[in-house]
Amino acid sequence: MERRGTAFSLARAATLDRMDVSRRFLGRDAVLGYLWVTPALLLLGTLIAYPFLLALYWSLTSRTAGAAGVFVGLDNFVYLLSGPIFQKTLRNTVVFTACSVAIKLVIGMAAALVLDQAFRGRNLARGVFLLPWIVPTSLSALAWLWIYDDIFGVISRLAMDLGLRREPIPFLSDSVLAMVAVILVNVWRGVSFFAVSFLAGMQSIPGDLYEAAEADGAGAGGRFWHVTLPGLKPIMAVATLFSVIWTFSDFTIVYIVTRGGPANSTHLLATLAYQTAIFGGKVGEGLAVSSFMFPLLLVVIFLQLHFLRRYQV
Amino acid sequence: MKRAVLLWIPLLLLMLFTLFPFWWMIATSLKPDAELYDVRQPPLWVKSATLEHYRELFTRLPFVTWVKNSLMVATAATLLSLVIGALAGYSLARLRFRGATTLGTIIFAAYLVPTTLLFLPLAYVVRWLGLYNTPFALIVTYPTFLVPFCSWYLMGYFKSIPRELEECAMTDGCTRSGAFVRIVLPLATPGILSAAIFAFTFSWNEFIYALTFVQAPAYKTVPVGVVGQLATGDVLFWGKLMAAAVLGSIPIALIYSTVSGHFAAGMTAGALKG
Repeated sequence: MERRGTAFSLARAATLDRMDVSRRFLGRDAVLGYLWVTPALLLLGTLIAYPFLLALYWSLTSRTAGAAGVFVGLDNFVYLLSGPIFQKTLRNTVVFTACSVAIKLVIGMAAALVLDQAFRGRNLARGVFLLPWIVPTSLSALAWLWIYDDIFGVISRLAMDLGLRREPIPFLSDSVLAMVAVILVNVWRGVSFFAVSFLAGMQSIPGDLYEAAEADGAGAGGRFWHVTLPGLKPIMAVATLFSVIWTFSDFTIVYIVTRGGPANSTHLLATLAYQTAIFGGKVGEGLAVSSFMFPLLLVVIFLQLHFLRRYQV
Repeated sequence: MKRAVLLWIPLLLLMLFTLFPFWWMIATSLKPDAELYDVRQPPLWVKSATLEHYRELFTRLPFVTWVKNSLMVATAATLLSLVIGALAGYSLARLRFRGATTLGTIIFAAYLVPTTLLFLPLAYVVRWLGLYNTPFALIVTYPTFLVPFCSWYLMGYFKSIPRELEECAMTDGCTRSGAFVRIVLPLATPGILSAAIFAFTFSWNEFIYALTFVQAPAYKTVPVGVVGQLATGDVLFWGKLMAAAVLGSIPIALIYSTVSGHFAAGMTAGALKG
């Protein structure tokens, strides 16, 4: 400020003045705040909100790949709900999501308890355990497709080589086995998310709680039940909700491993929507299929925000 | 004995379950076809290893093109999202303005919207923008999930930087944006780096947008190229497929081995830090 001397040229004063104005202007938090969230909001507006509304509207039309179609009200929904394929898909989605998430929760907890212990090579083991989560699902799903191959696949061949079975195992042509197969891939891929979340949660449980429990005579099981589990409750809620979203909207695994087959017995909402709209060209109907994700999405968002506020995790 | 039951046996099972598909992938990619499709050979072992499948990926298939496309799309989408996400994250973390909390909620909700719910109408928007069948279709749409992620992740990070540092800089004559660039960003470098790595991975692995928005063979990314070119039709060339799966996974696995420590926070999108 002392430099504001007599030798100050007019021009320089003018620019400084302008800078001061812009400085005061931009210095106000509110303006800068709005300015800096604008790019994000523009992006989310044009590429999430707008297509989202478009989807809701088009799901009420008879739009196809070639024609804009006309407004048909709830016809697509009525048609879908009364048809066997969509009913099956809804059931599949529920079974797939419920089984996958439950199994991931249990194995994830077990894995966290194992990986939380002190042993040589623990960091390496943790890193290895993350691999299924980080490599491209499309590529690992291809490896699973090959594992499930009935003639050359490793499970079928080992079962026959070991004399457990005479015939190849028809993993992907049996409706129950195919569902088991895709659930297994989803568990393999997603379980480390639970384990890592639980591991992080375990670090935040104060050690004196364990000491107190031990002083009260609790064994390892008691300490897990009375200290670890309650301490992990908020993180379990948040992780489960994330996983529900990712699991029920899954596409890649089913698209690659079973293509929804055999006889639609593994179709999920996303794969059926893809098949209806892209292969079948029935865009309105396909959007009606995928719009069934919306109510569940709303519930999860609501619960997620509730937990985040309540626990401040 | 107790340690064996509580640690070593479950650990062994866990590692077998995790690594088995990778072993099967690698073993398959190294077997010559004659051994691969002969049920009298032991399935789990490689008798006469060959790099033939890998060689074919490079000489007879556009694998290099797919890698280039993936690299370009992932890098551009990551940089774009980091800039937009850092700006939004900083204003939500630090600047006081009306509606900031609501905006934070909106961005978090946007992170939860599954790509499989949006891909159909988004394909239309992409066409309308004239980007269909170009790499820009992906560079522009990947930020729909990367920007919410980066904003939330970096918001948590910015909050952990002491407010006093910026205030000092501003009393010394720095503007708010000056303080952000000179003080906050350098301090947040580790957070920005891990956000970049996550964003890069999400882009590298993305499947449904790449499958739907880009049909031109010249612009396909690795996942779609491999699935579309090698895994369609009745006869699948498993050796080449698995070689491609190995090569498509290695870069990501290598990057992660450097940052696996930050992983927990990143996977839950900063939500657990908020």
